[in-house]
Amino acid sequence: MIELENVSYGYGGQTLFSHISLTLAPGSFHFLTGPSGAGKTTLLRLCYADLRANKGKVRVFGQDAGALNRDEVAMSRRRIGVVHQDCQFLDHLSIAENIALPLTVSGRGHEAAQNLHELLNWVGLGPQANQRPPELSGGERQRAALARAVIVSPDVIIADEPTGNVDWEMSQRLLSLLIELNKMGKTILIATHDLAMIRAAKSDISARVLRLKDGQLVQAGAEL
Amino acid sequence: MRALLELMLGDPQADRAVPQTGMTVRLTVFVAAVMAFLAVITLAVSFTTNRVASLWAADLAQSATLRLPADPATADALLLSALDVLETTPGVTRVRALSQDEQQALLEPWFGPDLPLDALPVPQLIEIVTDGDDYDVEGLRARLSAQVPGAILDDHTAWRAPLLDAAARVRLIGWSVIVLIGATVAAMITLAAQAALAGNARIIAVLRLVGAKDAYIARAFVRRFTLRAAGGALVGVLIGLGVVSLMPQGDATSSLLLGVGFEGAEWVWPLLIPVLAAIVAFFATRAAAFRRLREQT
Repeated sequence: MIELENVSYGYGGQTLFSHISLTLAPGSFHFLTGPSGAGKTTLLRLCYADLRANKGKVRVFGQDAGALNRDEVAMSRRRIGVVHQDCQFLDHLSIAENIALPLTVSGRGHEAAQNLHELLNWVGLGPQANQRPPELSGGERQRAALARAVIVSPDVIIADEPTGNVDWEMSQRLLSLLIELNKMGKTILIATHDLAMIRAAKSDISARVLRLKDGQLVQAGAEL
Repeated sequence: MRALLELMLGDPQADRAVPQTGMTVRLTVFVAAVMAFLAVITLAVSFTTNRVASLWAADLAQSATLRLPADPATADALLLSALDVLETTPGVTRVRALSQDEQQALLEPWFGPDLPLDALPVPQLIEIVTDGDDYDVEGLRARLSAQVPGAILDDHTAWRAPLLDAAARVRLIGWSVIVLIGATVAAMITLAAQAALAGNARIIAVLRLVGAKDAYIARAFVRRFTLRAAGGALVGVLIGLGVVSLMPQGDATSSLLLGVGFEGAEWVWPLLIPVLAAIVAFFATRAAAFRRLREQT
């Protein structure tokens, strides 16, 4: 699905990480941990071709991400659902319209009516469908971001600190949604600080935990 | 064609993805309206000048004046000879010797009403009207020099040429102004579109995150600016036509300031202005959008 081969990235003369290799196989579940500033978000952005590696090769669905033009990047994004920590909504649209946005921009807006109701209920946001994003709580926004990420039935879901702004109960709910998606065959990559969430997930599924520290990506140790 | 149709029909959901930004809306509509208004006035003046100059030139082209030497001893004989030559010249449809009163009226603006015409050696003038087809001015000139010595034929070329030249220049200036107006509209809309794109950088980032192609993002801006420019230009054209209709009307052949406006097929041009404004806005916004999106990668 997504493959990083000896990838290095840095900016302003500073190397963030170097010679990192990672393969996200179909149906796999990965957690990415590490201290703040280690480059977790950057690594995720490389995975969905939002950044280009300084060195090494990133392959997205078999294609060299560095050689993709902007339209090809857009097409690859339609196969990758991204959940940001700050959700990134269009505040002038309703939650329903925001969730349907990936379908709208890909010319499949007519499909939204069928999927939207089911999806809103799946993430428990049926009553909030017509509210604007600023009117929702942090947890509700995260669930809406997850719904938006999956509405086009992507092959890969990449989530950056999806539980960063929510309480324990909500983080468990989000995690269970992600596990459900993984059981449906979706490839999941989550960057998180939340070790408790990782432990909870590992009791339910076979997840690989990676740690990004001092510019290197390693398998997480026995602390998990 | 398909792109144009899609642009006109639009996609309500796509339109909603980019919020309306008040400042650029007002700026685009205002600039388009003002420029369309100026274009209407320029066109009206240009067409009127051209029309009047053409009328004057046509009148002059179909007439000539023969001036006979002011010698009282030979005046009557020369007049008879001249009339004889003129009346037998192909293409000359009417010949008339000006009366003494008419000649006095012509000189009055320079010498006053009390001019003693009898006491002055004033040349006899003959007005000639031609049909323009069979009329051979050089042939007539040759016959006159042989049969009416000292007669001078003025075919008004000296007057007509600068008049036509001036009209052509006014027309050229008019079209240059229209081109400048078009360029100004394009520049202003480019600036407004760039401001709108810069102001919506976060929205563009979100649209890209969910898989929007550049063409999709650009289309939302292009459609909006095209419709705004067309709407603003329509308002400007209506105001311009209203102002033109308030201009004093009269016989345009007597004064350039009378009869400023449009006639016949000329009406097509002001009606085309909103369409042209839309076309200018379409290409200006499209170029600005794609450039900005390239830079925002």
